[in-house]
Amino acid sequence: MSRESILAQIRKSKPELVGLPILPECHIVEGDLTEQFKKTLLLVGGQAIEISEGDIELHIKKMFGYLKLTACNDGTLNFSNIDTCSIDDPRELRDIDLAVLRCRFGVAENGAVWLTDSDLSHRALPFITQHCVLIIPKNGMVWNMHEAYQRIKQENYNGFGVFISGPSKTADIEQSLVIGAHGPKSLTVFLTT
Amino acid sequence: MKHSEAAEKFISDNERTNWHDKALWFVRAKRDIAIKQVAEWEELRALASQIKAHVMSNLDVLLEQFEANAIKNGIHVHWAKDAEEHNNHVLNILKEHRVKSLVKSKSMLTEECHLNPFLEKNGIEVIDTDLGERIIQFRNEPPSHIVLPAIHLTKEEVGETFHTHLGIEKGISDPKILTDIARAHLREKFLSADAAMTGVNFGIADTGGFVVCTNEGNTDMGVHLSQVHIASMGIEKIIPRQEDLGVFTRLLARSATGQPVTTYTSHYLTAQSGQVIHLIIVDNGRSKQLGRADYVKSLFCIRCGACMNTCPVYRRSGGYSYSYGIPGPIGSILAPGANPKEHSSMPFASTLCGSCTDVCPVKIDIHQQLYSWRQDLTEDKKTSSSKRLIMKMMGIVLAYPKLYRFSGITARWFLGFSPRFLIYNKLNLWGKQRELPSVPTESFRDWYSKNRRANL
Repeated sequence: MSRESILAQIRKSKPELVGLPILPECHIVEGDLTEQFKKTLLLVGGQAIEISEGDIELHIKKMFGYLKLTACNDGTLNFSNIDTCSIDDPRELRDIDLAVLRCRFGVAENGAVWLTDSDLSHRALPFITQHCVLIIPKNGMVWNMHEAYQRIKQENYNGFGVFISGPSKTADIEQSLVIGAHGPKSLTVFLTT
Repeated sequence: MKHSEAAEKFISDNERTNWHDKALWFVRAKRDIAIKQVAEWEELRALASQIKAHVMSNLDVLLEQFEANAIKNGIHVHWAKDAEEHNNHVLNILKEHRVKSLVKSKSMLTEECHLNPFLEKNGIEVIDTDLGERIIQFRNEPPSHIVLPAIHLTKEEVGETFHTHLGIEKGISDPKILTDIARAHLREKFLSADAAMTGVNFGIADTGGFVVCTNEGNTDMGVHLSQVHIASMGIEKIIPRQEDLGVFTRLLARSATGQPVTTYTSHYLTAQSGQVIHLIIVDNGRSKQLGRADYVKSLFCIRCGACMNTCPVYRRSGGYSYSYGIPGPIGSILAPGANPKEHSSMPFASTLCGSCTDVCPVKIDIHQQLYSWRQDLTEDKKTSSSKRLIMKMMGIVLAYPKLYRFSGITARWFLGFSPRFLIYNKLNLWGKQRELPSVPTESFRDWYSKNRRANL
């Protein structure tokens, strides 16, 4: 079998054992995590807005009121007009204009937000929607990816997890940056207090 | 074809050569800005290199650990010793699930295995969904860069391609409009595909999951809308621990495009309900490269493309001048391992300036390996006979001081007094497109004995 022959060849060829290095827990950082997150997200084509919990609904209506079909993973927010949990086939999400998703935490150094299966009725949702709003608590921010993976290890995730940093984009035509390749054309992160 | 011959075609269009050079240098400059934001950049490179060194030295154990955990997660694991077995696995999986249409995201491994033509021959519709890859698929061309597959094309050429294949109006060249057109076209493909195929950036031994990094979102659009997800992974893509991703995700996108991280870093542990994941672990020559002490570090590569963007030869000769699917400096040290005879000219397509080594996020000693391949290929008589003859003659001349001095005198006389056509002709490659420097009247040795030795 190929499995055995590949492993046998590897055992024969592999170099002498080299130790695995210890990873840094988190590099020391000077500066404001929130400011760093906002600055970086802007750089990658998204935007972050600091907002108090109570103002979320109003703000989304103001920003995205012109959109028709909105999905949300938080029943306490009152503007969703499609119940994605009752949909079986993810292809039926094709017409969704806006997805509003409460997520775990953000990473200041790269403007990424971590979300997992338990934040999603369908894995396709944050990709197939035309616009995307992610809500994270302002206080739960980590500085960099080392710290992020420490946190993921503690919290664990079951099936699928993704870091999302800004809206989908491409520069495949003459290196010109175009926002909105296959996924969302805009990405807004609410940092709640 | 030899690199120099293929490159000659590319550089015959002066304007395009300059444009290509600038486009890639622009990416290199973005990388420089991005890495300056990370004070511990060099520390990260060293860590990444050490992790990869451990992986290579413990690869059998880590692969078995990865496999066991992946199976626990419900992933179907297959092994393929070569491209043919890999392609057959894919076809069998597609047949088993009665798949007619497959959406693919970028995978250099499936390029290496020539999967697309194989599947098409067997009646499967294959749609490349990365924008750059879709463009070159329309044009029936291979990628010319591993991160920027259509970097060799102008926006006008892309417009022309869409005119031919998507029936859009003639003369559209705005990248935004062209991207929107591709978005609409590919959305329909995502919604009607039966299966999705992806590469793997990192396979994680201690979780049995794998990670795919993209900017466009095409991987996740394809995977989450399909019943079947097939992922192909080279054996060297394993990392021991999930937290090692902290190091690699900080290095990859900054090195590739100057972004702080890719837009999407997707972690697949288990399939979503109603879906299956098949993962194919592919060797295809890698386990042999593992045993070549001088070249084992080439397997550290995380496919960021930084060595291409910085390479003065790649920038001015284009991806198609290299005979192997992965072009540029990294391709030139991988290719001779895959087929020494066919790719013998690739390690010579370098000035050995070392810029590739300087930018490599996992510290592969690329220029050192290029130099070693030159020696090994020449020794094994894999290089052209004329090149070997010249090397042999040079060796003799340099071994005998008197002969060397005599050759110097002859050369100075010849270059000083011969008519132009005797110097600038087909035999003298150094006289192509450039003037030779003026000939000195005496050698350094003569000058030294006259001016210095007497004064000592």
